[in-house]
Amino acid sequence: MNFGFTEEQNLLRDQVERFMQDSCPITRVREISDAGGFDADLWKQIGELGWLGLLIPEAFGGLGLKWIDQVVVLEAAATGLCPLPMASQALASTAILTCANDDQKSNWLPQLARGEAVYTLGLYDDANWIDPAAITATAKASGDGYVLGGKKPFVNDAGSADYLLLAVQGPNGLALAAVAKDEVRITAQPTMDNTKPMASVDLEDVQIGADRLLPMTAGQLYHLTDCGALAVTAEMVGAGSAMLELTGEYAKQRVQFGKPIGQYQGVKHRLADMYVDLESYRSLCYFAGWCADDDPKELARAVSLAKGYASDAFNQIGIDGVGLHGAIGFTAEYDAQLFLKRSKWARPMFGDSDFHLDRVASLGGL
Amino acid sequence: MDFDYTAEENAFREEVRRFIDDNLPPKKERDKNFLATWLEKVRAKGWVGFSWPKEFGGSAGGLIEQTILREEMALAKAPPLGTSMMGLAWVGPGIMEYGTEEQKRKFIPDILDSKVTWCTGYSEPNHGSDLAAIQCKAELHGDNYIVNGQKIWTTGAPWSQWIILLTRTQFDVASKHDGITCLLVPMDAPGVEVRPIENMAGDKHFAEIFFTDVEVPVEHRLGAEGDGWKVTVSALANERSSIGEVTQMFAKLENLKELVKSTKKQGKPAHEDPGVRRKVAQFEMKIAAMKYNGLRYLTKQIKGEPLSSETSVNKLHRASLEIEMDDFAVELTGQAGLQLRGGEDAVDGGTWSKSALNWPNVVIGGGTPNIQRNIIAERLLGMPKD
Ligand SMILES: Cc1cc2nc3c(=O)[nH]c(=O)nc-3n(C[C@H](O)[C@H](O)[C@H](O)COP(=O)(O)OP(=O)(O)OC[C@H]3O[C@@H](n4cnc5c(N)ncnc54)[C@H](O)[C@@H]3O)c2cc1C
Repeated sequence: MNFGFTEEQNLLRDQVERFMQDSCPITRVREISDAGGFDADLWKQIGELGWLGLLIPEAFGGLGLKWIDQVVVLEAAATGLCPLPMASQALASTAILTCANDDQKSNWLPQLARGEAVYTLGLYDDANWIDPAAITATAKASGDGYVLGGKKPFVNDAGSADYLLLAVQGPNGLALAAVAKDEVRITAQPTMDNTKPMASVDLEDVQIGADRLLPMTAGQLYHLTDCGALAVTAEMVGAGSAMLELTGEYAKQRVQFGKPIGQYQGVKHRLADMYVDLESYRSLCYFAGWCADDDPKELARAVSLAKGYASDAFNQIGIDGVGLHGAIGFTAEYDAQLFLKRSKWARPMFGDSDFHLDRVASLGGL
Repeated sequence: MDFDYTAEENAFREEVRRFIDDNLPPKKERDKNFLATWLEKVRAKGWVGFSWPKEFGGSAGGLIEQTILREEMALAKAPPLGTSMMGLAWVGPGIMEYGTEEQKRKFIPDILDSKVTWCTGYSEPNHGSDLAAIQCKAELHGDNYIVNGQKIWTTGAPWSQWIILLTRTQFDVASKHDGITCLLVPMDAPGVEVRPIENMAGDKHFAEIFFTDVEVPVEHRLGAEGDGWKVTVSALANERSSIGEVTQMFAKLENLKELVKSTKKQGKPAHEDPGVRRKVAQFEMKIAAMKYNGLRYLTKQIKGEPLSSETSVNKLHRASLEIEMDDFAVELTGQAGLQLRGGEDAVDGGTWSKSALNWPNVVIGGGTPNIQRNIIAERLLGMPKD
């Protein structure tokens, strides 16, 4: 029994946090996000550090680590609201490891691990609906390969991706279509949070070769959804703790009525509640991260407990974080607003709190 | 990170389970000697004061074994391992840390053998949350302290034999934390008067206690004169980890789910109602959070890092769950849910309606939620003190 991190994991966390502070501070985050969410130099550095191939076995050029390590990295990167598509890259590697054959793995994973190509994953086509039926894009047999149809309206990081793995209804059931960026029409979609770029991908009449359709079972689809929810929750842990720290520091310094506002219980008790929620979804997130590789049959429940908690709690942390600052928190210049926006983004991703609560109820026998 | 137990730990769990199988008959089959036999047997096993040093009659059990023991006992809904909950939780540890050799010899074995029940005399009518401001007076005359004053909300006072009492030996102090002295007092000492107080659930668990010229020999002082606050704080730090509690709360959650499955709302099965399902799922989420918070804190302790105020996190969860779960059950079952034990339609024998009136035990008894929030904000987040 040991619910703590190893020294290597703590070191990794420190490294990533330091990288964010030194190489991608929040001023840089704003610039990158305003320019569409990608920075080739930083991406190359991250690739060289090995952080893009954490989940990929050493045989394919990765570090052969687990999702719990990925959680550490995503959490640490999110303390600085990292806008780079690290989570998408991780999900794409899991998708390939889960659904691809050996040839596809050897073709794709090594360049993915090194960050030489950016990958992303697009699952559902209906807003706020987690179900195989919410995948409406299609792949139909055509010649030696397939012709794709329909549109993927909500693909994370599609604008910076070189390759996209997109869920479709294929001739033999669910599948992932692997497409290159110039084969499809990608249109950026403005959202509340520009540190997490989203785009639609038009697949109509796109022809792909036979080796580019990866069959996917419903179980695999749910597994990828769970990993997605886990990734988002890990980012909510990092971003939530940064928001709490920002707000706590401000509360110690800002003086009104002759006292630091952090001395008023109306302020300090909100901060305490933020801490309670953050600690709690942090614990649930780490447990889910462990389940991903070490107890996969528990993963669905663990992820739903974590994401169900975090979605609403981080949203409240965003609101209180801005609110406790007063007017300065409402300004574009001050950083609190960026965390609030991230909490809006995270809420519906890979299932909102109602979806996850419903699943907790069902899995719990109700 | 791993959630597995070692072979020895698993063997210990097996041992506890076997013991429970052999020695804990179903409630209906327990005769009037059951409790005494049970206490004797767990004592013989070395499971009372399990983590206490062997020289004091404990087993020097490790943190994980301790957790396993609590978990299994809670799962089996076993009776307590001793009759003096407070004796085992903080009076005993306090005496082992600050007591004289004579005090250790006199008091520790009786706590372990369930011969003496202790109560805790901290709160006063005018000093509850602000405990350090207590006024109950003790004056040294020769070899005796003479105690005058009042305590209140003392749980178990009506049936306890001894009380750990916080008194003030010095009134003219720079800080209210100074001048406090801890005394160990027999409840049958002349001048001690106990008046039980009935709570809103109809029970008389706590009492007010009046002390009039009560003589307490100096050798019954715990720690040095004026060190009472230090003694109290470190004794309360021995409060039990929340692991056993979490097991009980999961059991309560299961009962709640059974209730939901057998109840109708607007004529339809309640378990089909999305609001009901999500509410129950939220309870599960919080209890699971308590579990994994607790395991993270346990890991910290095992690694030798002291816990500071993290346990307040789970206390706040526990407080809100304690109110909300019973409340939910009562509301869900409507007029039937209101009925107490004995009512023709009482739900589950009136357990929900009864415990819906008992939340202050948990919510107020161990420090109120506002105080827990102060602790988190001030000690963990560094906010200035009130
Ligand atoms: C069932 C039960 C069993 C108990 N058993 C024992 C026992 O065995 N021994 C013992 O010594 N005591 C016992 N107590 C007493 C318990 O410790 C006190 O009730 C508790 O500390 C609160 O004190 P109080 O009741 O005087 O309320 P007060 O301290 O007067 O508080 C009243 C209200 O004011 C709020 N408040 C107080 N100070 C602040 C602040 N600084 N900031 C914000 N809000 C504040 C509180 O949160 C509360 O809502 C027991 C209480 C209960 C309910």
